[in-house]
Amino acid sequence: MLTKTTTALVTLAALGALSGAAQAEIRLGVSVSATGPAAFLGDPEAKTIEMLVEQLNEKGGINGEKVALTLYDDGGDPNKARTFATRLIEDDEVVAIIGGSTTGTTMSILSVAEGEGIPFISLAGAISIIDPVREYVFKTPHTDRMACEKIFTDMQAQGISKVGMISGTDGFGASMQAQCKEVAGDYGVEIVADETYGPQDADMTPQLTRIRNTDGVQAVLNPGFGQGPAIVTRNVAQLGFDVPLYQSHGVASNAFIELAGADSAEGLRLPGTALLIADSLSEDDPQYEVVTSYTKAFKAAYNQEVSTFGGYAHDAFALMADAISRADDAEDPEAIRDALEKTSGFVGTTGTYSFSPEDHLGLDLSAFRMLEVKDGGWQPVE
Amino acid sequence: MMAGRGKWISLAVLALLIGLLPLVFPSGYYFRVGALIFVNALSVIGLVILIGYAGQISLGHAGFAGIGAYACALAPEHLGLHPLLSLVLGAGISAAMAALIGKPILRLKGYYLAVATLGFGILVSMILTNERALTGGPDGMNVADPGLRSLLRDMGWRLSGGEFWYGISGLVLLVGAWLALNLFDSPSGRAMRALHGSEVAAATVGVDVARQKLRAFVISAVYASVAGSLLALQNGYITPDVAGFLHSVEMVTMAVLGGVGSVLGATLGAAILTLLPQVLTVFAEYEQLVLGLVMVLVMIFLPQGLLPSIARRLKGRDA
Repeated sequence: MLTKTTTALVTLAALGALSGAAQAEIRLGVSVSATGPAAFLGDPEAKTIEMLVEQLNEKGGINGEKVALTLYDDGGDPNKARTFATRLIEDDEVVAIIGGSTTGTTMSILSVAEGEGIPFISLAGAISIIDPVREYVFKTPHTDRMACEKIFTDMQAQGISKVGMISGTDGFGASMQAQCKEVAGDYGVEIVADETYGPQDADMTPQLTRIRNTDGVQAVLNPGFGQGPAIVTRNVAQLGFDVPLYQSHGVASNAFIELAGADSAEGLRLPGTALLIADSLSEDDPQYEVVTSYTKAFKAAYNQEVSTFGGYAHDAFALMADAISRADDAEDPEAIRDALEKTSGFVGTTGTYSFSPEDHLGLDLSAFRMLEVKDGGWQPVE
Repeated sequence: MMAGRGKWISLAVLALLIGLLPLVFPSGYYFRVGALIFVNALSVIGLVILIGYAGQISLGHAGFAGIGAYACALAPEHLGLHPLLSLVLGAGISAAMAALIGKPILRLKGYYLAVATLGFGILVSMILTNERALTGGPDGMNVADPGLRSLLRDMGWRLSGGEFWYGISGLVLLVGAWLALNLFDSPSGRAMRALHGSEVAAATVGVDVARQKLRAFVISAVYASVAGSLLALQNGYITPDVAGFLHSVEMVTMAVLGGVGSVLGATLGAAILTLLPQVLTVFAEYEQLVLGLVMVLVMIFLPQGLLPSIARRLKGRDA
């Protein structure tokens, strides 16, 4: 019995070695939070990358070499993310890593990738990921600071100078709250009320009442994601609190309008990406092609709407594939990193990326579009 | 139960495993997993003292791990303390905290004690999450490198990060196991085990029940704190997850799975539950299911935990 098993195992191992040697492969590693509290980020990210790898390999891969994907689910746990990053590099011997759905998991992967010299594209928002610039670390999502700047630019245009802010205490809300407070002054905006709520809270009426009772509040800004912003939106409508409401890019999805109710959400604004208005995008738009092909393919593969977060993963993968195809040696992490840094004018679903040694995000404010809820759907603000 | 000889056998087995396993490691990744197992095993040994020796439950020990971890993150930055001294400081704070809250809550028993410790853990986790200015909030914060590895490099001893932390946490685990095994046969350990059997009986024969409970609680808090510190130092980054409720439950699960009265069993439990998610990456979606199933099966068929139950069965057959 034992010998039989051993023989079988040896045969299997030999087969595995043969099939591996038969074809050169580009080994790509991914660690995202496909389950756990950050699953709303990691789930579309994992699905997007799996779909794109399949698409790419059907078309013959990168320069004739297939992409072998190793995808791990870190469950949003930074400790696990670090272990998986180590595993990807040391054991699976990948040439590049995409992942880190949250800031915490990104910071864990980042130190491993940076230490081992493996290019890494992060899918998390925090500005601290790319500022200061790290040699091997890039990222695709806008920073929270950029979202604040976009919102405040719009407020300035509307003549709004006194804002009541209500933020979630989760990672996303807390980070954006801090960034918004930092940049508000640059746009002549004053935060006159600063309230918070817990991620599980079911009613924000008390906080909103306090904001309403603050002198001179001209608009409400709500950094947060998940169900909180939907409740805030409903509560604002219930209170008959008649000021412009601004949400963050964290809730830029059709599901959010459903959750908040189209009536309550009517008229609210947020900075979002072209993905949300794929249907109404004009054919001349530079992002038209990439956005429609991604939304169609995703819908066909999973029968689900795309989300901004899946878009970040789409762009990260497209950028990495592009860099690998341009790299002097597709199996040398160093060469891939160099090619990645030379990326210029690359159109993704989030915006147009141009990396440089000083800028590993490569997006500017134009990547954000100010969107407004009109008749239960997203419309760009002209 | 465990004679003096058993202690040395346990330690020798542990030392041999830690020392010899690297010879068969195919890549650096296994050092990382090994280091994680040792860190987890350390905090679980603390729980063996609390749950296995003294018979008290805690669902909040991740709180102490959080204190240890954030001490290593905060003290070097704000107090200019060396990271290793910060580890000691964290252990000190944890011990003081355990002594302070242990006094009132160890009067509680069973479910009430479980809920009180649970509350403590959640409180620590909430403070770490909400005191953004200090702790970086839910996004976490960087932990300074203790600089020991570069010190070794200057002495001509080149080690990768994984190898280095494997060695350090392995050593600390050995010391932790040695102390816990010593405690088992000491008067204090005997007193703890006596009150585990029956508090009334123990009090009748002169055991200071409150004092021994508190002692077990403080010692186990220090174990959890040191484990948290080691985790923070080797990861170089820490988030409030380390103090989270799930981490507390994970610790207790490791202890119960391996055998809550046995130091080697605790290490085995930590090893299994640390390895499972790594082995099960292919079925990541079913990981929780498999974990739950393993726990249920162990509880039904091996209620003493894996190692003690297996040991007993083997002994029974020998006789």
